[in-house]
Amino acid sequence: MAEHGGPATMTDYIKHHLHHLEMPVGEGRFWVLHLDSIFFKLLCAAIFLYMFLRVARRATSGVPGKFQCFIEMIVEFVDTSVKETFHGRSKLIAPLALTIFCLTFLMNFLDMIPVDWIPAAAGAAGVPYLRIVPTADLNTTLAMSLTVFLLIQYFGVKHKGIGTFVGEMFTAPFHAPNTVGKILLAPANLLLRLIEEAVRPISLALRLFGNMYAGELIFILIACMTLGASLSSGLTYVMAPLQFVAGFVWTAFHILIITLQAFIFMMLTIVYLSMAAEHH
Amino acid sequence: MENITQIADVMSFTVIAAGLLIGLGALGTAIGFALLGGKFLEGSARQPELTGMLQTKMFIVAGLLDAIPIIGVAIALLLIFANPFIGQLGG
Repeated sequence: MAEHGGPATMTDYIKHHLHHLEMPVGEGRFWVLHLDSIFFKLLCAAIFLYMFLRVARRATSGVPGKFQCFIEMIVEFVDTSVKETFHGRSKLIAPLALTIFCLTFLMNFLDMIPVDWIPAAAGAAGVPYLRIVPTADLNTTLAMSLTVFLLIQYFGVKHKGIGTFVGEMFTAPFHAPNTVGKILLAPANLLLRLIEEAVRPISLALRLFGNMYAGELIFILIACMTLGASLSSGLTYVMAPLQFVAGFVWTAFHILIITLQAFIFMMLTIVYLSMAAEHH
Repeated sequence: MENITQIADVMSFTVIAAGLLIGLGALGTAIGFALLGGKFLEGSARQPELTGMLQTKMFIVAGLLDAIPIIGVAIALLLIFANPFIGQLGG
């Protein structure tokens, strides 16, 4: 590799691929919009809505088409997962789970598109930087997990009432039989509760982000194997088949990861929401 | 290039850090996966009718287990191939 591109070119290539299409909207590094993440997330949402709406409009109770069968499979799969975990009644939780699962999967699936295709096409059209996987951007995953976090609090208040909700902060998980013990245990309970609540959105966001980021980086590294290669060099004929095999193996493994991560994001959302709705 | 020794220092420490990140992460996950898979097989051998339910739960835990080492790998790869600290030295 070093003979072809040299470490400087390779580092530049990687850095270029890890650079978002940014639009500053205010002072400093904080007020920057990642246009590429926003665009591709909206695109995925549009694809998801279009697919499901189309099937829902044309759904027949007779012999369903292959596409309808596929969509029904997904819906039933999510429905069973929700029913197994969440025992209350809620009109929100199953559609939410379905949306999270499909949207996360679609966004993760953009990782399967060869790393150079869309950025190169966009580069030819005059866009300098482009990262197409929205879930490999911490902003997207954190936005999703913060939404889930707010829903957890809302569910807690709605299903238990505000009194029990606040009371539980001070009385669970350590219970005491008398008033003095309750007062003594209240700070510890509150501290544990705050840590528990704060850890959830962060771990949820970092898990998805870390997996997708690592996956994307490994794809980029595989792409680097023939970076700056020429037909006159003997090494190219060794690296090119190797690159093909490595890309194939990692893609096959990554299909498992993207599905699993979408599933886990959905599952944990359901688990957290049902925990919030249950009485201690 | 008067700060070449500093750059070399950063590089060598980076490589050690990356090795520790990947290696220790892999060690922990290996133990975790072995326990997880073993218990799953034990559980489904004892009660084969619960295999489907156990499998779903195993995959959830596998995903949780998977996350930390893969984040470690991502940070390690970033440190090796696009080191942010060398840029700070002005090299």
